[in-house]
Amino acid sequence: MTPEIKLDNVTIGYEGRRFVYDLALSGGGIVAVTGPSGAGKSTMFHLIAGFVSPDSGGILLDGNGMSGKSPGERPLTYIFQDHNLFAHLDIKTNIALGISPRLKLTPEQRSEISEALAKVGLAGFEKRMPQALSGGERQRVAFARALVRHRPFMLLDEPFASLDEDLRRAMGDLVVELQRETGMMVLMISHDRQEIARIAGRVIEIRDGRISFSDSRDMWLTTRG
Amino acid sequence: MIEAIGERRFWVGAGGVGLTLLAGFCLAAFAMLLASAAASSWPPFAYLMRIFVFTIEQAVLSTLLSLLFALPLALAIARRPDFPGRRFVLVLMILPLGLPVLPAVFGLLEIWGRTGLVNDIGAGLGSTSRLSIYGLSGILLAHVFFNLPLAARLMLKALERVPSDEWRLAASLGFPRFSLFRFVEWPALIRVLPGIAGLIFMLCVTSFTIILTLGGGPQNSTLEVAIYQALKFEFDPARAMILSLAQLALTAVIFWLLRLFPDPEEDRRGASGRPFRPDARPVRALLLDGLTLGVFLIFVGAPVLAIVIAGLGSNLEGLAADPKFWQALRTSLTIALSAGLLATVLTYAMVRAEASLPARSAPIRLLFRFPEFMLLIPPLALGSGWFLVLLRFGMADGAGPILVVLINMGMALPFAARIIAPELATHLKRTARLSASLGISGFARFRIVDWPVMRAPLLTAFSFAAALSFGDLGAVALFGSDNFITLPSLLYASLGSYRSMDAAGLSLITGVICFLLTLPSVRLESARLGEDA
Repeated sequence: MTPEIKLDNVTIGYEGRRFVYDLALSGGGIVAVTGPSGAGKSTMFHLIAGFVSPDSGGILLDGNGMSGKSPGERPLTYIFQDHNLFAHLDIKTNIALGISPRLKLTPEQRSEISEALAKVGLAGFEKRMPQALSGGERQRVAFARALVRHRPFMLLDEPFASLDEDLRRAMGDLVVELQRETGMMVLMISHDRQEIARIAGRVIEIRDGRISFSDSRDMWLTTRG
Repeated sequence: MIEAIGERRFWVGAGGVGLTLLAGFCLAAFAMLLASAAASSWPPFAYLMRIFVFTIEQAVLSTLLSLLFALPLALAIARRPDFPGRRFVLVLMILPLGLPVLPAVFGLLEIWGRTGLVNDIGAGLGSTSRLSIYGLSGILLAHVFFNLPLAARLMLKALERVPSDEWRLAASLGFPRFSLFRFVEWPALIRVLPGIAGLIFMLCVTSFTIILTLGGGPQNSTLEVAIYQALKFEFDPARAMILSLAQLALTAVIFWLLRLFPDPEEDRRGASGRPFRPDARPVRALLLDGLTLGVFLIFVGAPVLAIVIAGLGSNLEGLAADPKFWQALRTSLTIALSAGLLATVLTYAMVRAEASLPARSAPIRLLFRFPEFMLLIPPLALGSGWFLVLLRFGMADGAGPILVVLINMGMALPFAARIIAPELATHLKRTARLSASLGISGFARFRIVDWPVMRAPLLTAFSFAAALSFGDLGAVALFGSDNFITLPSLLYASLGSYRSMDAAGLSLITGVICFLLTLPSVRLESARLGEDA
């Protein structure tokens, strides 16, 4: 069953601390990654995405080893808390860069961009510039780009942290919808208990640099309630 | 920074080549200075001492006067965040940055010189003695003209960063004027004052053209001018060498001291919102600020206006008919554009290479900050080293223009680095991870991601470097000849021979070209001044 992620005893020393990750997950769905700040959530994401390299251990995405693969080569889309868009490029171009880093697009791919925008509720935004959009809208553009990339994994690094409560809820619904449509595996860092209870199917908790809990949402709610 | 390996190799390689060439250029000059020193006798100690002391004396006085006059100006502008013409005042504070020295000297002479406006007014009022500015007073006048606006601008920046809540608190506590200064304004200023003072001191220690034109003779020589005189008139390479080393030691000490203080330019936070300044309301305050501004406008504006008026009234047709003028203009433009282009490309390659290196290779990263450190190397010392090389190997004619380009490029590097480095750092911070995660690399990355954003700062750096080179007299004073003249060297000659009609026209033309070249940096500076916040 794909998608499938495996962190095989991955270790890294980072800013004087030691992190060890051992994890195996498979199947599409939304996985919430939670835990106190500084426990190593972002470090795990950075390892999976290839922003840092592990000292030892192997990272496998869909059975393929990731060592030596640059972030752009990995089968995933990363969505940051902000700075997901190039401010000097319009929305269409920002999304197009997700398909081709050299902006070489077929007509089909071009129309796909408009479809993706419509799916995230931004139909007709192609020519707008990022600074003309609200924070929530900019994140929607990042999701549209994730859609056109067709990668089996999506890593959300607290993507809604700077949004207000109502917006967070709407964005959470959008993530659920996009996940259902694409069948990808969404890993999402979140501190929001309600958010996790609402959208996640599975929860990973990280404490002191290692994974201390990994099970279904319902189990998490019962044990950590 | 995260990026493809090939890309990292490319930029580190490009930066490395640039660094090697630049370091080689500087080292060759110093090797030559040292080699020719061994073969000759030392100049008298008393002579060295006198020049050394005068160099420091005029720089200390210039710095103190600039700071003293800048303080009330900065305070006045800071407490009035919007009055009609504020933008114009700010532009006038940045303007001297781009005004080449020789036209400014001409403008100052039109106002303060023997036959200038002030003496004419004095004579009209019945005064029999005429004020002469040649000597220390002229040097100080010109240094204050250039550095007062700079100091005021940096002070204003510091004042604009005071949080608006602090002004509110001060007002709610009913601070009188002096308490406001003591508890709010002074603490904001003291952080940047040492840095500003150091910067101005450095500029005055390495000042060349002002001392040469207004110093009034060898008794008022600074190290830079003495190097020039030793090479050009006394033909004494040993003396030039000793003076160059003394100058290098002096700038090294200042540079080291400067790094101990917070950099007044570095803090790029914008303004912190509208200051709450009820103390600006009383009529007395209004009059005082108006007077302060008025004096500043006249002091800086009058010489600039004099350049324009005298220039327009001069025999511009005669100048346009003179083939020498066209030759000088062509040479100046060629030098300025070449030096500007070289400085920009070299700076970008090295700044970009620094960004590509991992944080742990700190010593190598520091090497790539060489452009900033070029401030340390006196252009005249560099010039005299190469002057000696040319003398020894006898290729004086063709090499002159190339060396002027290279020396001007070297002079412009620290300024180009100041414009490019912070912009590139911000840009990479915003886009590096995103580019890597999308796999945008190599030329595509430069074309799609970097160039559209970096184009503006790169062009700004280019035009500013070109303006600096265009107005520079130092390098061409060493290497110039009858066949190799630039607009500044032509202007210097006509100032020296009292052909002030020619000088007026040349000043205007040189000033206008430099002004146009500096416009982009003026715009960048006023944006950084935080008016848009």
